[in-house]
Amino acid sequence: MFGKLGWDAIPFDQPVPLIAGAVVVLAVLGILAWIVVKGWARYLWKEWITSVDHKHIGIMYILLGLLMLLRGFIDAIMMRAQQAVAFHAPGYLPPEHYDQVFSAHGTIMILFGAMPLIIGLMNFVVPLQLGVRDVAFPTLNSVSFWLTATGALLVNLSLVIGEFARTGWLPYPPLSELRYSPGVGVDYYLWSLQISGIGTLLTGINFVTTILKLRAPGMTYLRMPMFCWTSLASCLLIVAAFPVLTASLAMLTLDRYLDFHFFTNEAGGNAMMFVNLIWAWGHPEVYILVLPAFGIFSEVISTFSSKPLFGYRSMVAATLFICIVSFCVWLHHFFTMGAGGDVNAVFGIASSIIAVGTGVKIYNWLFTMYGGRIRFTTPMLWSLGFMTTFITGGLTGVLLAVPPADFLLHNSMFLVAHFHHVIVAGVVFAVMAAITYWWPKAFGFRLHEGWGEAAFWFAFVGFYVTFMPLYWVGILGMTRRLQHYDVAEWRPWLLISAAGVAILIVGVACQVIQLVVSYLRRNELRDTTGDPWDGRTLEWATSSPPPVYNFAVLPQVKDAEVYWEVKQRAFERERMPEEPDYEPIEMPRNSPTGVVCAFFATIVGFALIWHIWWMMIVGLVGAYATFVVFAWRDVPEYVIPAEEVARLDRENRAIRQRVLSGEAWA
Amino acid sequence: MTHRHDDELEYEDDDRGGASDEHMAHLGTYALGLTLATGLTIASFWVAKTHVIYDPGIPMALATLAVAQMGIHLVFFLHLTTAPDNTNNILALAFGLLIVGLVIFGSVWIMAHLNHNLMPMQQLMQMQR
Repeated sequence: MFGKLGWDAIPFDQPVPLIAGAVVVLAVLGILAWIVVKGWARYLWKEWITSVDHKHIGIMYILLGLLMLLRGFIDAIMMRAQQAVAFHAPGYLPPEHYDQVFSAHGTIMILFGAMPLIIGLMNFVVPLQLGVRDVAFPTLNSVSFWLTATGALLVNLSLVIGEFARTGWLPYPPLSELRYSPGVGVDYYLWSLQISGIGTLLTGINFVTTILKLRAPGMTYLRMPMFCWTSLASCLLIVAAFPVLTASLAMLTLDRYLDFHFFTNEAGGNAMMFVNLIWAWGHPEVYILVLPAFGIFSEVISTFSSKPLFGYRSMVAATLFICIVSFCVWLHHFFTMGAGGDVNAVFGIASSIIAVGTGVKIYNWLFTMYGGRIRFTTPMLWSLGFMTTFITGGLTGVLLAVPPADFLLHNSMFLVAHFHHVIVAGVVFAVMAAITYWWPKAFGFRLHEGWGEAAFWFAFVGFYVTFMPLYWVGILGMTRRLQHYDVAEWRPWLLISAAGVAILIVGVACQVIQLVVSYLRRNELRDTTGDPWDGRTLEWATSSPPPVYNFAVLPQVKDAEVYWEVKQRAFERERMPEEPDYEPIEMPRNSPTGVVCAFFATIVGFALIWHIWWMMIVGLVGAYATFVVFAWRDVPEYVIPAEEVARLDRENRAIRQRVLSGEAWA
Repeated sequence: MTHRHDDELEYEDDDRGGASDEHMAHLGTYALGLTLATGLTIASFWVAKTHVIYDPGIPMALATLAVAQMGIHLVFFLHLTTAPDNTNNILALAFGLLIVGLVIFGSVWIMAHLNHNLMPMQQLMQMQR
């Protein structure tokens, strides 16, 4: 009846996950009760859960990403604490639990922390920057989000029901095959990644279509803001790379479920093929994350230097160069598997060359700042922290790209330090900069500067104190993923690293306090103008938060930095451009398709993990029925009357007119 | 890279939705595509068993027919043309071919070297004794 699922699936003998699970369940129930008591359930359902508005979906993605970032951070704290105490001792985490912790940490941080954050920012910003009303396929967008949430839910469910993979964040066979991992851990990994992977692929298709086909009139490719370019490159990589992940995980699934032999030791399987394929996805994946981050820094640095981005065209070229070359370097993740000198040399050289594209970008950002009037706001601090940190992190990467050096450092803590160095500085700093930068656009009030600066400095210093010692223990010979050790030379460095985590905890706390303080003081931090930073791109032309249709009239784009030009002209004449003719606007209706689809996908995923076949069929039928109901809908759109559009836009214009006639920018 | 906008073209498409001879023309191209695709499929089965062509050349003939089949699908069913409104599709195809080529060629090359450098199983067993 219930497949492999029984009472023994719940780890009653392990208090840590059980208590953690109980706390989470209680918190969720508490929040739900609070929502119902306050009478917000209806609003939440109508305006958020079923929303197809790209701004609301983007914000929900970011919320999911931040929550998962916290979850992954808790895993990180547990690992650093374990290594701090497990010298000549077993520590407090038994090996089977420790292995799940580091596997979950990697999986959650990359696929359910960083990816939702980056995709959420793309969702919120790209249509606004392109000057359009929504993405190409709004309901599909909602499906994408909810499928990603399904994946995150399944991974977190494994904490209490069953177990998670003990294989590391990429389940290399033969360890991940049924013979060596008979539990449900790897199955949780496989199905949560497959389901959320569908969501990511749909997002990729949606945004490639949006950027190629829906731009404001006159916005040619070379007038698009840099963040749109990097998002386009990132989504092209998603479309090209995620099918490779789906296929390799599907083959591993067939091995585990139907006794196939793609990657087994016996019957002609080849485990090295899995390593090859998973990295053919895995390397483009890091550029899927970091390219939009480069776009964020381009926007932030240009705005707060009060200058156009230096070398716009070289920036576009560097982005596309990285996009292509990212598919030519994947072997550098397994130099030591023994493809030989010729193959290693080719991929090693390609890996070094990809740093040239990033170098171009670094110089462009430096020249953008050169001679500018730089405002050292929180987003700018994150950007400067990124530039200084990312250069050294990139250099250790170039070192690792040299095969002989990699043979010494492969799978060592040096490698762990390197990829945290580039991902934390590249992606996490970018996301923090972006959230501070676009927060007023999303919610209508700025974030508190003081707490933001405190969060930056604690995170910046904490990052160095945590990860620099890990480089050194790597050189001293410590391999990654050790549950305990008995080498006395490593001990002091691991203690320093643990102290660094304590500093990072303070940084995270400052970040949370910043959000709370900013919310409490939202009236004094109010962004009334819609343009709090003296911005240059189209998202600052509309009000904060923008109306559901973004722009009352689609902007006419005549050059790059269209909003900056319009603003300068308005300042010269001291009045707004002529009032346009308002027309009624058609917008897509909200639809529960996404959340209902994801509900059934969760059932399918859970049933497949536990081999409950009847439940899987129920889920699949439900998901298909949802699609049929959506396809037969009668009224896909609703109309906002021209008078309503005119009323809202006149308010926005009146405020901006007041600014023009003398009052300072907020 | 095109500097022109595709939105207008889409609206034109919408307007002519009702014209019935347009539909007939579409049906005609689909029928032609189906005929060609079926012909190529039958030809592949015939080539596989025939002795008309030089036997070792059969795999090459099958590959040629397969590539032709892909071309038919792209032109007749996915409507890939050289018209100016098709620049995006051509670029997407080129990008896709490049990436698939890189991944397949790279994987074959890597795996060939890995298997070549792998110690034969018997030797490995002897070392473990």
